[in-house]
Amino acid sequence: MKNSKIFTENLYLHYGSKMALNNINLAIPEKKVTALIGPSGCGKSTYLRTLNRMNDLIDSVKIEGNISIDGINIYDKNIDVVNLRKKVGMVFQKSNPFAKSIFENVAYGPRINGISDKNQLTEIVEKALQNAAIWDEVKDRMNDSALGLSGGQQQRLCIARTLAVNPEIILMDEPASALDPISTSKIEELIVQLKENYTIVIVTHNMQQAARISDMTAFFYIGELIEYDKTKNIFTNPEKKQTEDYITGRFG
Amino acid sequence: MIKNRKIDIKGFVIEGLTLSSALFIIAIIIFMLVVIINGGKSAFSWEFLSAFPKEGMTKGGIFPAIYGTALLVIIMSIAAVPFGVITAIYLTEYAKENSFIARTIRFAVRTLAVIPSIIFGLFGLGFFIKFVGVKMDGLFLGGELKWGQPNILWASLTMALLTLPVVIVSVEEALKTIPRELREASLALGATKWQTIKKVVIPGSMSGIMTGTILAVSRGAGEVAPILFTGAAYYLATLPHALSDQFMVLGYHIYVMTTQSANVDQTLPIQFGTTCVLLLLTFTLNIFAIILRYRIRKKKIN
Amino acid sequence: MSLFKKKTIPDQSNGITFNKKKIRWDDFFAEKIIKGVAFLSIAIIVLIFFFVFREAIPIFTSNTLPTKVKSDSSLVSTTTPAANANQQETYGADNTTTAPKQETYGTVTKDNAPKQEQYGMQTNAEPKQEQYGVVTDDNPPKQEKKATKTEDKAPKQEQYGVQTNDEPKQEQYGVQTNDEPKQEQYGVQTAEDTANKIENKEIATENTSENKITEDNNKNALATLKSRDWQPVSDNPRYGLLPLLFGTLKVTIISMLFAAPLAIMAAIYTAIFANKRMKEIIKPAIEMLAGFPSVVIGFFALMVIASVLQSVFHYSYRLNAFVGGIAMGLAAIPVIFTIAEDALTSVPKTYYEASLALGASKWQTAFFVMLPAATPGIFAAILLGIGRVFGETMIALMATGNAALMGLNPFESVRTLAATIGAEMAEVVFGDTHYNVLFLIGSMLFIFTFALNAIAEFYVKGRLLKRIQGK
Repeated sequence: MKNSKIFTENLYLHYGSKMALNNINLAIPEKKVTALIGPSGCGKSTYLRTLNRMNDLIDSVKIEGNISIDGINIYDKNIDVVNLRKKVGMVFQKSNPFAKSIFENVAYGPRINGISDKNQLTEIVEKALQNAAIWDEVKDRMNDSALGLSGGQQQRLCIARTLAVNPEIILMDEPASALDPISTSKIEELIVQLKENYTIVIVTHNMQQAARISDMTAFFYIGELIEYDKTKNIFTNPEKKQTEDYITGRFG
Repeated sequence: MIKNRKIDIKGFVIEGLTLSSALFIIAIIIFMLVVIINGGKSAFSWEFLSAFPKEGMTKGGIFPAIYGTALLVIIMSIAAVPFGVITAIYLTEYAKENSFIARTIRFAVRTLAVIPSIIFGLFGLGFFIKFVGVKMDGLFLGGELKWGQPNILWASLTMALLTLPVVIVSVEEALKTIPRELREASLALGATKWQTIKKVVIPGSMSGIMTGTILAVSRGAGEVAPILFTGAAYYLATLPHALSDQFMVLGYHIYVMTTQSANVDQTLPIQFGTTCVLLLLTFTLNIFAIILRYRIRKKKIN
Repeated sequence: MSLFKKKTIPDQSNGITFNKKKIRWDDFFAEKIIKGVAFLSIAIIVLIFFFVFREAIPIFTSNTLPTKVKSDSSLVSTTTPAANANQQETYGADNTTTAPKQETYGTVTKDNAPKQEQYGMQTNAEPKQEQYGVVTDDNPPKQEKKATKTEDKAPKQEQYGVQTNDEPKQEQYGVQTNDEPKQEQYGVQTAEDTANKIENKEIATENTSENKITEDNNKNALATLKSRDWQPVSDNPRYGLLPLLFGTLKVTIISMLFAAPLAIMAAIYTAIFANKRMKEIIKPAIEMLAGFPSVVIGFFALMVIASVLQSVFHYSYRLNAFVGGIAMGLAAIPVIFTIAEDALTSVPKTYYEASLALGASKWQTAFFVMLPAATPGIFAAILLGIGRVFGETMIALMATGNAALMGLNPFESVRTLAATIGAEMAEVVFGDTHYNVLFLIGSMLFIFTFALNAIAEFYVKGRLLKRIQGK
């Protein structure tokens, strides 16, 4: 497959003695939306978190295999995890703005990268908020606390916060699962816009959502990658029985 | 059978008994407060708070003791709070949960919390004064006696050791209320661990650090045993103006006035007044801490 | 198909590459410093252990003692014979040099001066006072200070006070105005004071034999540790720890008999019977008690509890083990209450509901289900309560009467281990046998509370988990 951004090869992941990912092989294309679906506990979120090494934070996790981004193995000894995470941004299931102002939330990333010039910061923040399609809603209250925003706005703010670091890949862990339908559709629109510039990997419970926004879909089941194909094929003509069962709602 | 509700006398008595135990304890607390405040209020005046003791400590105020107490808790906080906060940060942010090191540190902290305060006094004497102080004199002053004797610095440091667990426990509790998602958000944006702690974790647990400090100050202001022989003085005509000076302190003042003063009758109002000041001080601080802690816990639930 | 297509690293949008580890010094140092500081709490425990024991050891190793004394005097750098001599004597018969100031722990300095006056050895009492005075020079109200000093004579005796004088007024504040019974000053001391004086003087003047004498003192001390007399200050000092241990145990038992049932019952009420609102009032209210400084509780015991109890029980010593026990119980109540309440609330709700569903009443559930499940926790609560009382100093100093008696009568005065340290440490001489014995007592307290805590921590917690989780 051409234009692949992320390669995963023979990936195994254990939580202590429990296997959570079993021999995953996956190539994620650049500037496309790739959806990871499957019943809860199937390992899709775990897999997503291996892509920016978020699982490093959990002590009992052991990882074998290779994941490479742009040809560089991110589990190599010499990898700088901090910079890796600047390149691979992440949006979480529950919106998690800092208890700071809207401006400071978005400026957080640039600031830790050493940008302190006020004008430059303002420019970055404005652009990020515009790209996250929330600028119009917050431009008049940049100094208000981010915690005063609605759930959907908070989630878009978190996306803006991620964009402000200027990543290449954005990982989204069920970003709309806690939101109402209107906010969800706004987020979905945003994702479709964002894929022009970013490679997006999204975990979702919602199959319609995967069908609507993704180009590729991977179906996980009990730690294994069952099927991976173009979204169209997965939803219209799945190869495996398990995939079909899941998509048609027979389980999960 | 079901309809006729049996009056459960046993249950009634037992519940009543346990309730009255609780109420009895609270009654004692209120009684203590009332007696001490009542006895102390006649002594209260601006002069009492602002003047030096006079006429063989039978008259006058307790200003040096208040000043000394304030100085003690300030120096103590400067020493105890940073160390306590850092230890708490290590336990919650760096140490692996249930690792041997973390468990050992936690055990050490809890042990520190239960060691009798007089042992800290002995340690202060044996370590700070007779070891560190004497060595300092030997090294810097050519043996001239300055640090190798009781003074406010050693007393404050001794007290800091005593209050260290108070700070650690409070701050640790506050750090644990910071959601993991916030730390992850910061790390996912490419912040380092230290940046995350500095910009997200510590600002988010300021109220916990405050609570710990207040509780430590309240504890330090009230303890006497650790400073009995590390720096507290019976009577001083001047305020301490250097770290190597001795100092007067409220708790010790109460102790000497009640047990060693020449004319106990005559100084009774001063005794009550001093006790009242100390009690109100620690009490107010404690209420502050309880309110702050209550708010932190509420935040955790939400 | 090779998954690894080599790509040249393109010009990235944010210009950041991650293929090489970057050393971030602030992060590195922050971690190192934080780790180092965190170990401090362990280090403190070890240091306390070491330094408290270090000062107690000379009692057992009389042969190695001289080096210690020497090293100390060399540190002080006043290695003149006179200084050494002064280091030896406790209540300095010969105080012509300025050295003693270094050796006394002069916070309670007023004790030294009056005592010397009592012994009548003081030839130059005036400069002596100045020397020992808390404010040595440059203080204008010298007269005032002197006045305080001389007045201190009477209370001094009270500190060791077996009070023979029954006059109620004097007893009320524990001040003994009786001036002559010097024997009683140290409990049951029978030694001749003149002999005492002479021997002290001998020690003082005999510079060369100093170390040997200390050795002998230590040997004697070791021999007398098991005796029944605590007479550290006499010509034939006896450091019997039994009465102190006995007194401590007596006070602890009394306070536990008072505090444990009260605190546990209150905990049962709060954890099981109380509704949410009552709980929110009672819990912080009782925990407020933990905020009372022990010196305040001691003051309250001295002023109020002692009088109240005396009018009820009509005992003769106003300050005694019973008063002290009750007061220390007050200090232990919040400790026991908090831990017991925690233990009770951590019993799984399902136990409670299952029992009620079987038709048990609330109190039956409390006593036959909740209480047994939480027993290890309540046991731990009592252990820590004991630890709190065992080491309590200020209340013991102020409310127990401080006489080293060994009677079974709860209304007799007692002297506890912690109070002994608190009362006497301020007046002993550094390196002296008495000093070492006080540190030995401190070591005992340390070991005891350490052991209690360790038991509560490991044994009890393990049992509790086992019981609740069925592991």
